[in-house]
Amino acid sequence: MNDLITLVASKYNYWAFIILMMLGLYAMIVKKNLVKKIIGMNIFQTSIILFYISVGAKEHATIPIIEHSHGAETHPIQAINYINPLPHVLMLTAIVVSVATLGVALALAIRVYRQYGTLEENEIQSQINQV
Amino acid sequence: MIWQLDVIILTLVIISGIAAITIKDLLGAAILFGAYSFLMCLLWAIMGAVDVAFTEASVGAGVSTVLFVAAVFQTTRRSKD
Amino acid sequence: MKAIAFITVMLCGSLIMFSTFEFPDWGDPQSPASSHLSPYFIEQSLVDTAVPNIVTAVLADYRGFDTMFETTVIFAAGLACFFLLRTFTKKSRTERLYRHSSTGIIINIKKGGKRPDDSSKFERIDSLWTPYDLIIKTTCRLIIPSIQLFALYVIAHGHHSPGGGFQGGVILGASIILLAISNDLRSTLRRMSEKASAIMAAAGVLIYVGTGLLCLLMGAAFLDYEALAPLLQSGRIMARSHGILIVEIGVGLAVMAVMIWLYYNISSAGKHDEGL
Repeated sequence: MNDLITLVASKYNYWAFIILMMLGLYAMIVKKNLVKKIIGMNIFQTSIILFYISVGAKEHATIPIIEHSHGAETHPIQAINYINPLPHVLMLTAIVVSVATLGVALALAIRVYRQYGTLEENEIQSQINQV
Repeated sequence: MIWQLDVIILTLVIISGIAAITIKDLLGAAILFGAYSFLMCLLWAIMGAVDVAFTEASVGAGVSTVLFVAAVFQTTRRSKD
Repeated sequence: MKAIAFITVMLCGSLIMFSTFEFPDWGDPQSPASSHLSPYFIEQSLVDTAVPNIVTAVLADYRGFDTMFETTVIFAAGLACFFLLRTFTKKSRTERLYRHSSTGIIINIKKGGKRPDDSSKFERIDSLWTPYDLIIKTTCRLIIPSIQLFALYVIAHGHHSPGGGFQGGVILGASIILLAISNDLRSTLRRMSEKASAIMAAAGVLIYVGTGLLCLLMGAAFLDYEALAPLLQSGRIMARSHGILIVEIGVGLAVMAVMIWLYYNISSAGKHDEGL
């Protein structure tokens, strides 16, 4: 029982990330409305960012900004006191790319609506098949 | 890292994610997506990623929600599923 | 279709969940992600670049190539949205709505008609019209300069506090979007035309790549900021810090212009006549 509790306490953030990722994937496959698919894509992207950030966390460590950097005294900087900054850097790029993708996806949705008059996938499919 | 705060905010994130997908009104889905984005930003701030949380607060809960609402106004507001 | 998708998602989820038993514990300081390269970054970035914010130093100096191509990606997204949506129609082919201020009558000038010449009594409105609201307009007039000042502070102070080029650029873009929401889109287009924002986006990318090319011309590798030391007249370590600042300014400019450009095109579906 103690084993189970330590197991859950050390891995529950991975399970939450898996639930979110599967939620985003399910929304992208099943939902017929285009805007819902775009929302599913964004949920997928932010869950991946959550995974990377949680990989970089460290217990009893502070944020990756070095304090007391001014002045003549220099404290020895030890890597164990600071959170791993490398996933943060990669995820900054990921967030900006996700907003760029969102802009282009919404522009495509507006074009589809202007052409077919609807945003539901099955109605668009039947209009294409009729032509 | 206080685990109680972590668990509560993770639960709220999952609930708002499910609600953003399920709701039939597209404007409500856009607003719920903004709430989901803001809760993710809080989660990352708890885990110590302050730069990433700053970016997500300004991009996700700011510009992204505005773009969604603008696109919903240009297309239809009801969805059939 | 729903059943197949549900089964697939459950299968994928359980497979990944089964593999998480091999992952390192959460918060472990000895995990493989924190053992190889990041101790070097944490310990050496202040000595090498004189920038206390490790994330900014790694983003703009050690991993400068990634950031350069990311700026290009966001410029390409603004460009793609412009090409998808923008329609240029002649002004006489669209219909316009005018409202008489004293009686409240709305007239609709159809295609080819003449505008009313007494412009003090008629005002041009959007199709979703709300009356003049003193609170919103006054609040936005007071808030928008403060937002822009804060955004400039975030860009300039990215070395010592969380922030940097992206965050400041997005906040600057959000201030212009606030101006476009509180007043109508046409008055914002008069202040900040689409051509100006497109040129600023290209200028931001040009500043970034131009800094790299300047380092190449001074004899060092591409995006090696130590070669800029004779130009900036500072030591080699401070030249890296100044190089990071110049590059962050370029990124902020590009991101601001693309946010505004995206909003103009999406909120009016390319026609630029009325927004939200």
